[in-house]
Amino acid sequence: MTIASERVLVPVHATRRASLSVLLDRQDVFSWLMMALPLAFLVALVGYPFFYGILLSLQDRPVAHAGTFVGLKNFVTNAHDPIFWQAAINTFVYTGVATLLKMVGGLGLALAMNQHFRMKNLVRALLLLPFIVPTVLSTVAWLWMLDPAFSVVNRLLVALGWPKPGPSWLGDPTLAMASIIIINTWRGLPFYGITLLAGLQTVPSELYEAASIDGAGGWERFRFITLPLLRPIILIVTLFSVIFTFADFQLVYVLTHGGPANATQLFATYAFDIAMGAGQLGLGASVALAMLPALALLIVALTIYLRRE
Amino acid sequence: MVTGRGRIEQAVRVWLPIGFFLLLALFPFYWMAITSIKPNAELYNKNVMPLIVHAPTLKHYVDLLTKSSFLLWTWNTMLVAVVATAISLVLGTMLAYPLARMRFAGASLIAMTIAAIYLVPQPLLFIPLADVINRLGLGNTLTSVILTYPTMLVPFCAWLLLGYFKTVPKELEEAARIDGASRLQTMWKIFLPLCTPGFISAGIFAFTLSQNEFLYALIFLTKSSVRTVPVGVIAELIRGDVFYWGQLMAGALLGSIPVALIYSFFVEHYVAGLTAGSVKA
Repeated sequence: MTIASERVLVPVHATRRASLSVLLDRQDVFSWLMMALPLAFLVALVGYPFFYGILLSLQDRPVAHAGTFVGLKNFVTNAHDPIFWQAAINTFVYTGVATLLKMVGGLGLALAMNQHFRMKNLVRALLLLPFIVPTVLSTVAWLWMLDPAFSVVNRLLVALGWPKPGPSWLGDPTLAMASIIIINTWRGLPFYGITLLAGLQTVPSELYEAASIDGAGGWERFRFITLPLLRPIILIVTLFSVIFTFADFQLVYVLTHGGPANATQLFATYAFDIAMGAGQLGLGASVALAMLPALALLIVALTIYLRRE
Repeated sequence: MVTGRGRIEQAVRVWLPIGFFLLLALFPFYWMAITSIKPNAELYNKNVMPLIVHAPTLKHYVDLLTKSSFLLWTWNTMLVAVVATAISLVLGTMLAYPLARMRFAGASLIAMTIAAIYLVPQPLLFIPLADVINRLGLGNTLTSVILTYPTMLVPFCAWLLLGYFKTVPKELEEAARIDGASRLQTMWKIFLPLCTPGFISAGIFAFTLSQNEFLYALIFLTKSSVRTVPVGVIAELIRGDVFYWGQLMAGALLGSIPVALIYSFFVEHYVAGLTAGSVKA
């Protein structure tokens, strides 16, 4: 009896509050409570749409109508669609060539920047501008620079002796692909350059000095010191850039809309045309999902690599 | 000892490649700028030397600001970018703090998932998202993009902040815990005030990415009154085969200024954030 009455002396809500604060003090409870809202957000607006997209790709689903399940029919349609295969080839060419150009050019930029000179910070800030400015807006400037009638590029070429009227940059299938690759490179190169520059600056200068004493020339120092030490950064930057080049949309949408005759059609622009232009959400989703295997591979590779760092 | 010839040689070795890269990087902006102040008579006359302006005019800017909805688009873009950035910083912090400081089962799985989500490009999700936004009745509202931009920005902010949080020493928090502060108090009062540089980096990136976003805005916002600058410029300033190049370039230039301004103030933070992901500190 005495024990029971003593227990009553401690107010019930106080013990409850104490045990609540003990509970909240646990690392796992605190963590999951803290993360609950952002995780719920991501599940609702990334996780759900992702799986809903897979479901859509298995449906015949005209916009504003109910969908009917058709199994893999959309994927079969794609497999027989020459434009789909052209978009696939274009996407790989675009990604491959642009990535190579950005890598080589970015390395050149980083090496050029990694010298001693005045106003370096200003130069670095200016060189990053193409990467900062909203892509669509700078791409419109390129559209004007490559205009069929008033292209400044062509006017300069003609002034230098090129036969009039100069190349049809966005009208010729091959040149159109070359143009979007060059403009993608123009925009992405500073990202490579500045990131690789940061990597170069971490290479201890003693290494170069020691190599010089051992008689290594400029190329040998680059080949056997700079490149191996930069390899992890080059890998990460490249994976990043490949993912976003592979799924590029805005640049092509603004410059060519995928034309002429689908010569610059990419997975993303083709999926957009089918889903938003023709209103076939299911078929469009299946075209977009065609990007998934390659993207998943890249994303998993990069995630694992980032994790290991 | 640097001789006169050595100095010239060195200047050439620095400025020849740097000059080339600068010319390449900046020419489109120069072209944007001079196009925007050229009268039409000059723009569409092939006999005039194109690289300089002969009779500068502000007509295109006046037209842009009075005859199009450019100011409204600018307001929309700013509003969306600021709100989406704020949401993303808050939600990103709520993910990053436990991952940086707490030990619990599943932490590394969550961290990897967040990195993976950050790398999922929009073209993979835009079709189902468009349907979701329609079903929610959010088409042609700024809410549609304010809700969807954080799907890319939250994982991004979380990832960047996670890296930053790990560099902050733990001693102050440990001291606060010993003095009896709860975990929430420790985080809010002790830890977060130390992380301003991280928030600035993440905030600038999120803001820049919001201003840059095009695909979701293009799909969700089809009415002029709710458009953002990139979509407005593409959808309304380019009219059929007739291009209003002067106005278009004026719009492209003005639309780039907010980002360029913020960037110029925080360029060091920006570069730090850019390289944080790929360079081991």
